[in-house]
Amino acid sequence: MSWLGAHAGEIAAYTLQHLALCGTSFAIALAIAVPLGLLAAKRGRVGIALIALLDAIYTIPSLALFALLIPLLGLGFWTAVTALTAYAQVILVRNIVAAVRSVPPWMVDAARGLGMTPLQVFTRVELPVGAPVVIAGARVAAVSIIAFASVAAWIDAGGLGTLIFAGIERQDIRPIAAGTLSIAALALAADAALRAMERLLRAAG
Amino acid sequence: MARIRFEGVRVVYPTASRPAVDGISLTVPSGCLAVLLGPSGCGKTTLLRTVNRLQPIAAGRIEIDGRDTAALDPIVLRRSIGYVIQAVGLFPHLTVAQNVAVVPNLLRWDPRRVAARVDELLASVSLDPAVFRRRFPSQLSGGQQQRVGIARALAAEPEILLMDEPFGAVDAIVRGSLQEETLALQRRVGATILFVTHDVEEALLLADLLIVMRDGRIEQAGAPAEILTRPATPFVADLVDAGDALRRLSVITLGELLAHGQPAAPEAGSSAELPSLDAGASLRDALAVMLEAGASRLRVLRDGHEAAILDLDTLRGAARR
Repeated sequence: MSWLGAHAGEIAAYTLQHLALCGTSFAIALAIAVPLGLLAAKRGRVGIALIALLDAIYTIPSLALFALLIPLLGLGFWTAVTALTAYAQVILVRNIVAAVRSVPPWMVDAARGLGMTPLQVFTRVELPVGAPVVIAGARVAAVSIIAFASVAAWIDAGGLGTLIFAGIERQDIRPIAAGTLSIAALALAADAALRAMERLLRAAG
Repeated sequence: MARIRFEGVRVVYPTASRPAVDGISLTVPSGCLAVLLGPSGCGKTTLLRTVNRLQPIAAGRIEIDGRDTAALDPIVLRRSIGYVIQAVGLFPHLTVAQNVAVVPNLLRWDPRRVAARVDELLASVSLDPAVFRRRFPSQLSGGQQQRVGIARALAAEPEILLMDEPFGAVDAIVRGSLQEETLALQRRVGATILFVTHDVEEALLLADLLIVMRDGRIEQAGAPAEILTRPATPFVADLVDAGDALRRLSVITLGELLAHGQPAAPEAGSSAELPSLDAGASLRDALAVMLEAGASRLRVLRDGHEAAILDLDTLRGAARR
């Protein structure tokens, strides 16, 4: 307990770093995945190629991906963000495609037939009907990013991984436990927050 | 109010070997319930969807009240035309009231006017607004969903209603009552209705104008009685089973028969014990009444007064024609 008391400030700082890393990655990933996902869903052949490419990225071990990016981007925060964003793409794009496909064609037909513009069909029918699927994907993506981000410490991007690496180096279980538990707590919190958002969206619809 | 005229309309799907709609010309008079009947793949649904421009046409033109629809904004056009499909297409994330209000809201009606209209429409399709307004589609039976679908199509008081096999997914009993209600609704709102079905009974029951289609062309168009009594081609005769004398009798009313043929002259003193029927009843009903009563003659009433006496021979003649 005394170790925890002495290092509370340090843990808090790493947690904030971790959050910044993951939050930035998640925001960028979402901003890229929405247009990519819509494109992939509406154009079959582009979609298949895109998902194959993203799947290929996903199979690269996280440590290797960070290592591959170092010669290109150097060490630090933005290199980690790039890697995490790339990982999240697979999960997000797949789910956005699934979300668009979860809206049956006759529902879109009815919407068009009633006189909705393409934008209205999207915002009033496809988006609200598909949103739960998108958010389910976002939950998986957020949790994955939070877990993967622990490796970011290895390329000097900071975060809770720093505690784990330090613990391994000093053969001290305490920082490893603190780092691991904090990451798990962050993941659970992110999942709960997105689930609450999903409920809110459903209620609003 | 809303006459629809097709002129040489052609629809060609990119991968198909022959046109889905192959040069159709047809006029549907205002207030008419026109039924497009034919086997699947005959182009009936495709033709229906050309009216609200969900289906682009390769050649020809479609006019509503003399105005070429190609010159209109498709979005504005669609909002002025009711659209009901077999899958119903209710939006699962919206309540019944919100579903019915879709088009009025797109047209930016005043919220109070929308609310009043929704209640009025739900009542008109036999759904109690107080009970159903706040329900979601998943909480309704198939028949109730289709009633909401019809209410939604009628919401902005369209002069044209397109119905694509609207009762295909409901059971026979519910279908029967929905058909009756469609006829009543049609009489009340006076809209021009284009109705697609592959169900011959449904077509004969509903149609003012029956259009039999095959391979993208019109095989025959006319009143149901005309098509049953004078099928133009073997295909039409086969499809509507025009050989079925009872079916022919069921589409001709006593009044229609008397207007064309020579009714037997009333014979003084003998008619009082005869069975009687109103002139609006079908010849099939007349036959049933006569067989039941063991009578060979029947009094035909108009407004409760005897208009003519019909005998079995005349009826037999009508069945053979």
